[in-house]
Amino acid sequence: MLLYIVKRTALGVVIVLLAVALLFCMIHLIPGDPARIILGPRATPELIAAMSVRLGLDLPFPVQIARFFANLLRGDLGMDVITNRPVVEIVLGQLPYTLWLIFLSIVFAGLIGIPLGCYSALHRNTLFDRISGFVSVSFITTPSFVVALYALLIFAVALKWFPAVGAGDKGDLLDQAVHLVLPVFSIGLAWVGYLARLVRASMLEVMQESHIRTARAFGLSERRVIYHYALKLAILPTVSVIGVGMGFLLSSALLTEIVFARPGIGKLIYDSVITRNYPVVMGSVLVSTILFVFSTTMSDLINAWLDPRTRKTL
Amino acid sequence: MIAILRRVIKEPTGLFGLLLVTLIVVSALLAGVVAPYDPIALNIPDRLQSPSQAHLLGTDQLGRDLFSRVLHGGRVALGVALTAIGVALAVGIVLGMLAGFGPRWLDKAILLLFDTIRSFPTVMFALATVALVGPSLQTVIAVIIVTTIPTYGRVVRTQTLSIKSNEFIKAEQVMGAKTTRILGLHILPNIVGPLMILASMDIPTVIALEAGLSFLGMGVKPPTPSWGSILNDGFSLIRVTPWPIIAGSVPLILITLGFTYLGESLRDFIDPKLRKSF
Repeated sequence: MLLYIVKRTALGVVIVLLAVALLFCMIHLIPGDPARIILGPRATPELIAAMSVRLGLDLPFPVQIARFFANLLRGDLGMDVITNRPVVEIVLGQLPYTLWLIFLSIVFAGLIGIPLGCYSALHRNTLFDRISGFVSVSFITTPSFVVALYALLIFAVALKWFPAVGAGDKGDLLDQAVHLVLPVFSIGLAWVGYLARLVRASMLEVMQESHIRTARAFGLSERRVIYHYALKLAILPTVSVIGVGMGFLLSSALLTEIVFARPGIGKLIYDSVITRNYPVVMGSVLVSTILFVFSTTMSDLINAWLDPRTRKTL
Repeated sequence: MIAILRRVIKEPTGLFGLLLVTLIVVSALLAGVVAPYDPIALNIPDRLQSPSQAHLLGTDQLGRDLFSRVLHGGRVALGVALTAIGVALAVGIVLGMLAGFGPRWLDKAILLLFDTIRSFPTVMFALATVALVGPSLQTVIAVIIVTTIPTYGRVVRTQTLSIKSNEFIKAEQVMGAKTTRILGLHILPNIVGPLMILASMDIPTVIALEAGLSFLGMGVKPPTPSWGSILNDGFSLIRVTPWPIIAGSVPLILITLGFTYLGESLRDFIDPKLRKSF
């Protein structure tokens, strides 16, 4: 297990480093001068030259990439070209909003999806199971930003039950919670369907296994068999699905943050793309990539801990 | 082919999926004939109308007929999905076979490349690319191609590895067959089936991605109609009228639902073992 942890973590680090290098090469290989893009079409050659020096673009490519990595190790992602604040500070300031949003969406999805899947599995092929199956697939296939638009349209604009924009007052927890309801619902809805189907499938599989039969043969109550023995095993696959799904979660968080004009890393990237604030775009894409790699690594480790068979595959 | 179709329409969900997909594909193909108006023709006096007999889904802020825009938007959605998935499939097949059949170091290198590409959250990667090269449909297609290659590549690699160890491949090698012959004649036909299913199940994801990026203004340029850009118009008009949002979202939901059900029933048909895992 220790060997696996070391190898898997090393792989994660290598992937992050490669991803950073890839992103860096992309900036430099794609035609177009970042300095010119930042300053816009009306910039004078002098301004462009000055901006190039400021961004270090005048140095030879190998020096640039070495400097970039060296700065990265010191936690320096460069400076915001507009406000002149360190990019790290800006990104880390926005990150908690996105993390809370994602975390609560998963909690919401689990609270609804897992019981739904469990109930469907135990009442297989009934009308309820069929309806829940259809509804789950519809939830999964509807893009989260479409859910967000409808949520905004119905609950914020038409009914005025929830606020439409922002994240609420900083000191006021209740206000913040109220502002989270619709975004969490928008991101979580697809996952309600996803977890419901996942838990249903794995529950059906677990119920076939011999230890469940044994537990029944011992005369344990059906309730105990289901909640104590079957469900515990059946929700295991959700762990790895959530880890791997982090990429989707980050992507849907981005779109949802924009629909609800919520602060967060997604909105930060979007705004920086619009204002052509290059260093901030790269910094925040980098941080979200690290987050994604971290969560897939964690989910692989948890999986390996729970199921020793998966350790061999690396 | 007809046998597969017969099986698909036997199940209610398969039939439902096929009907939805056919409906949207046909309406997109015939958009030029069926659409009652020019999708980009301005008609300011008739702006922001609710649905009526003249405008089935109403009009947008520039008086353009939403129904016609939705029909033409289907072309963009399907065009992007088919182009991107087609190219990604081709590249994925080549890279996956190289990884599965080539030397071990090459396999490791390609796998690492796949893992690296997959470590970018798609929409964020797309935005970073747009920041560099500017918004356009080509950028969207390129991003989708790059981010979906690893999915296909991995499947091809696994299948190649498992087929490679079969005795009939060894026999071919002993008889002196070229690698290209083995790959093209024996391995490729064996992996096409699963790949097609995978591709058909990816179409909704890709369509949703294109819509998402166009919604952000990172995809098609105005005035080209796309479901995403219709939704974007609807978003800015959300306090004025709900119709653009409804017009842009309904076909999007229908087609993703349709392709998902169609893909699932195709998968059940070709590989019943997979039926258990959703």
